[in-house]
Amino acid sequence: MESRYDVRSSKTTIGDIMNTFNIDNIRQDFPALNQLNRNRPLVYLDNAATTQKPNQVIDVISTFYRTSNANVHRGIYEISERATEAFESARQKAADFIHAEDSSSIIFTRGTTEAINLVAYAWGLHNLSPGDEILVTEMEHHSNIIPWQLIARKTGSILRYIPINEDGTLNLENSDIFFTSKTKIVAVIHQSNVLGTINPVKEIIQQAKQVGAISLVDGAQSTPHFKVDVQEIGCDFFAFSGHKMVGPTGVGVLYGKRELLESMEPFQGGGEMIKSVTFEESTWNDVPWKFEAGTPNIAQAIGLGAAIDYLNDIGIDQIHTYEQELTEYALDILEKIPGIQIYGQAPNRGAVISFNVDGVHPHDMVQFLDQDGIAVRGGHHCAQPIMKKFNVSATTRASFYLYNTRDEIDHLVESINKTASFLRR
Amino acid sequence: MEDLRELYQQLILDHSQNPKNFHEMEHPTHTAEGDNPLCGDEVTVYLKVEDDVIKDVSFVGSGCAISKASSSIMTETLKGKTIEEAHTIFDLFHRMITTGETDSAQEEKMAVLAGVHKFPSRVKCAMLAWHSAIGAIDKKEETVSTE
Ligand SMILES: Cc1ncc(COP(=O)(O)O)c(C=O)c1O
Repeated sequence: MESRYDVRSSKTTIGDIMNTFNIDNIRQDFPALNQLNRNRPLVYLDNAATTQKPNQVIDVISTFYRTSNANVHRGIYEISERATEAFESARQKAADFIHAEDSSSIIFTRGTTEAINLVAYAWGLHNLSPGDEILVTEMEHHSNIIPWQLIARKTGSILRYIPINEDGTLNLENSDIFFTSKTKIVAVIHQSNVLGTINPVKEIIQQAKQVGAISLVDGAQSTPHFKVDVQEIGCDFFAFSGHKMVGPTGVGVLYGKRELLESMEPFQGGGEMIKSVTFEESTWNDVPWKFEAGTPNIAQAIGLGAAIDYLNDIGIDQIHTYEQELTEYALDILEKIPGIQIYGQAPNRGAVISFNVDGVHPHDMVQFLDQDGIAVRGGHHCAQPIMKKFNVSATTRASFYLYNTRDEIDHLVESINKTASFLRR
Repeated sequence: MEDLRELYQQLILDHSQNPKNFHEMEHPTHTAEGDNPLCGDEVTVYLKVEDDVIKDVSFVGSGCAISKASSSIMTETLKGKTIEEAHTIFDLFHRMITTGETDSAQEEKMAVLAGVHKFPSRVKCAMLAWHSAIGAIDKKEETVSTE
């Protein structure tokens, strides 16, 4: 059977991707897109928060529960074997998707947040000493700030921030002052969930290596949108969330370099993560299971595997090209709105646009857009340090994914203009 | 759409664009800061209370039109009231914002915000300055410190 959303057909050439990327078919895969919001056709532009799910993912999850539900790694019986096989093959898919060495470097977590916390507690707590430095950037999501603040407090280590420039890029000019012999871990966001900036993580990690620091990349906003190759990036850890890439909530991934994972203490204790237990002590299971205490998120992990299949079928490069065109189009027409301020003008950027319009608070903006069927986010987007940097308390944020269209962006712009003139009357 | 346009009637926009008593206060007897962590809105409320009467109220901060207008209306409404009256007015206001019910005993000024109850996610915006004001008064009553 020919895949409906196959864009690798012979007629595909760079440049006419907009014609061959079959957006109508893609949209039909996502049942939640086809509904009303406040009695208007839903225009879903909050993809940086979470994405909608295609039938292909929903069906895999429901089929799993209907036919193969059993606990994993335990049962001898057939359906348990089937569940284990499906769960472990999802791990392999995740490994392949980010070009990890092998599936043993893939730990299933609840999401990016839990993945970063795992590193903070299982590595940070045992390897940081008073005076050591943890280096992050000013554009981190709270999930890559708070765990380090907690660990810094417990270990006496110091949290430092690489600053951002006016245009939303990182200021790496005098970065030598940040990368020192005291730096023990560098944790950076790959793509900003507020400014859209795609950071030069490979260069940053090279600098980390020069001072002997390990590294973590928060890939929550990059993995869904463009090709990630963790070996090329060279990071020690990489985190992402399933729900931001058409997969289910409740599952994410921590990739870790094998030697490092093996040298680390466990994160949580319980079933699944042990080899043998006596009343006095226990020995740990091999990685990655050492870090997966308790019954894992089996159905969600399998759903994530299906999401990866879906994205692979369309092609992550095609998705990226499509989104880049969509973002350029959106920036072009948004910039023409009188009194608009767009936060983040990095040359290398993804499909996230934060803005404010003079005289209109984002809360009011979002409420009016909602009445026109448009779902966008208003607030600080879990990145209060950025808000502070740009001297605003909140912004409105529109973020796109493979199923969004130019028509939807036109509708957004029209609704913004209408709202601004109504509220400024 | 009509409900929303009704909520953002001219009076609300006037209050939010040119809020009343929008300034810091020298020598307040009570102050409180309120914030709405979800949206990053912040308000600081200042009160001058003498002999159980609110002689002066003002506020500063950033927020949406609903929150600004509500703060502005709060300062106008509470000025000149006794502490006891302020509590009663707060209760009426809270009921109106959460249920839409208005009361003949209540100040007319407040009524423009009655529509907020149709937008549950905005109740917090409307209540922020009011909670801060009442919190400031109550806190001070427990730990009176005069300088
Ligand atoms: C850049 C970034 N990092 C981390 C997270 C946290 O992801 P999750 O809530 O799935 O753990 C998000 C999502 O909001 C994000 O955008």
